[in-house]
Amino acid sequence: MQRHILSNKNNIALISGILIAVGFLSKWIMDNTDIFTSSLIIASVLGVAPIAIQAYQALKVKVVSIDVLVTIAVLGAFFIQNYEESAIVTFLFLFGAYLEQRTLNKTRSAIKELTEMVPESALKQMADGKFEEVEVDEVDVGDVLLVKTGAKVPVDGTVLTGEGSINEASITGESLPVAKEKGSNVFAGTILENGTIQIVADRVGEDTTFGRIIELVEEAQESKSEAERFIDRFSKYYTPAVLVISFIVWLFSRDVELAITILVLGCPGALVIGVPVSNVAGIGNGARHGVLLKGSEVIRDFSRLDTIAFDKTGTLTMGNPSVTEKEFYGDNIDEALGYLASVERESEHPLAKAVLEEIGETTFSPVENTEVVKGGGIVAYVNGHRIAVGNVALMEKENVKLNEKAIADVDRFEKNGNSLVLAAVDGELKVMLGIRDQIRPGVKEDLLKLKKLGVKNLIMLSGDNQGTVDLVSRELGLTEAHGNMLPEDKSAYIEKLIDEGQIVAFVGDGINDSPSLALANIGIAMGSGTDVAIETSDVVLMNSDFSRLPHALGLAKATAGNMKQNIFIAVGVVLVLLASVLFSEWMNMSIGMLVHEGSILAVILNGMRLLRYKLRKVKI
Amino acid sequence: MKSATIQLETLTCPSCMQKIENALKSLEGIDKDSVNVLFNSSKAKLNFNEDEVSIEEIESAINKLGYDVIKSKVK
Repeated sequence: MQRHILSNKNNIALISGILIAVGFLSKWIMDNTDIFTSSLIIASVLGVAPIAIQAYQALKVKVVSIDVLVTIAVLGAFFIQNYEESAIVTFLFLFGAYLEQRTLNKTRSAIKELTEMVPESALKQMADGKFEEVEVDEVDVGDVLLVKTGAKVPVDGTVLTGEGSINEASITGESLPVAKEKGSNVFAGTILENGTIQIVADRVGEDTTFGRIIELVEEAQESKSEAERFIDRFSKYYTPAVLVISFIVWLFSRDVELAITILVLGCPGALVIGVPVSNVAGIGNGARHGVLLKGSEVIRDFSRLDTIAFDKTGTLTMGNPSVTEKEFYGDNIDEALGYLASVERESEHPLAKAVLEEIGETTFSPVENTEVVKGGGIVAYVNGHRIAVGNVALMEKENVKLNEKAIADVDRFEKNGNSLVLAAVDGELKVMLGIRDQIRPGVKEDLLKLKKLGVKNLIMLSGDNQGTVDLVSRELGLTEAHGNMLPEDKSAYIEKLIDEGQIVAFVGDGINDSPSLALANIGIAMGSGTDVAIETSDVVLMNSDFSRLPHALGLAKATAGNMKQNIFIAVGVVLVLLASVLFSEWMNMSIGMLVHEGSILAVILNGMRLLRYKLRKVKI
Repeated sequence: MKSATIQLETLTCPSCMQKIENALKSLEGIDKDSVNVLFNSSKAKLNFNEDEVSIEEIESAINKLGYDVIKSKVK
């Protein structure tokens, strides 16, 4: 019976609405107060039923909920035979709840879309070699799965056979299909647009990249700021307090009408729901646009940003450096190049790849006693020769003499924006390579947008030489650029900025900048979808797409502003209601309920605007 | 101890969360600190001891409050 009433809440609202309309029509048109009174009584009894049931259930678990306040108010109205108010208040309350549910669903839609992309079934190879459809929960690591055209990839895996192209928008936000063949990695939640592939499961369920993203987004939308936690604590005592106040008012004034009006006016609503609504819509918008904002605290700090510090390689530049200039010194250059390549082959340094690509075919020899000199390069032995590969500082340390020409070359290479790789064999300089990294297309415009959004300082921190750093900085119009920085120098620099009272974001690829990412007020990771950086940072730009940064900042600002507006609406409404009950004649229970429900809808609708937020075009 | 994730009908009022949270905490065999009702995703997450309480009993406690359980996952 109880469940039946509750599940028909919306129908009850509809019927009581009709009854109220009939009542008023019969009063105005036919001047019949009997029909008026009886239809309003029926509407009240009908309408209060689900509210009273909810109130009773709440009291059973020791919660004084809004339902309790409304039920008492309606009973009070009944008691003083004001059926008009009791009917209208219950109707408005039920109808309001219906509208709230509808609109709240809208604000949550962006994130819901995301979670609905979770694959549910998979075609799994059984013991007899045939593929059978199973629930995705039944897939274990190592299982072989078949993915057909148009189907979702159920787990993170590796392609065994077949080829096809996959839309990875759910993970990277990039909707251009990516070609996959044997050995390629595929991700859960992405869609095979054409072709048929068999994959072996590497990660399943919540361990997949997509599973982790969803969990992060879900956590983010629930995360609460200090202010919200305060409001929550506040509302726990607020509702019972309203009950007590109205009782006291009744005790002293013996005015039931006034007491129940206070009950209705005191309903907390917009205040409790306003901030979470902005939060969920803002984070939802981000999720749609390849920006992961981790919670309302992050949004608040991000929106008040003063300074953004950037890593250079892989962030402002493509991170695919190539050799643009070279000089050789003395004889036996081929031999020297072979040694250089042998040493670089074992290095993970980003410049090493460029060096190897440049040298190409050569004779590799075994490398011994490799020693990595931090911030300098590598020293190692090849065929009994001492080989030093690195920057000018390393050459000085190794007592390698640079002749006049070499010194001039160093100057020229650096002025042209190159990073230097020098190679010496047994203390004699043989090779100098100038390596340059291309600036990401569109970065300049993006930085300008950030400035327009109110970021005061754009600072580049790089391990590269000052010449390269200055050149990139001039080209991009940065406010400051610092070269020759080790990872710990970068984090020390960020600490200094924070100590000065600035709110600082650090943007990096998260590979060797994790200290800076962690230390900055806002760590922004350029995530390619699989990086661990996704977990440690505060904001993730999916698919390493720098151009999403202005959108992320604009969105954070819009969301923070939206939260403030909602708090303003909520508090404003309460103040106006309180003032009018004390100082005006026209305030009664029905109007109070109308305003109350109206303010809840107002904050939800205001929050919904964030779903459509787009960065306005910036004139350059 | 098992952990359950229960997907509920859309929650619209924050006091619903309080109700569900208190109701779940009052059940026997539930790790009280683990109870977490998520407003925006309309989910309840908790750890429970399957010897003392079953997932059906947990669901029915939520049902009795007047909220529908859409689906629950135990692992």
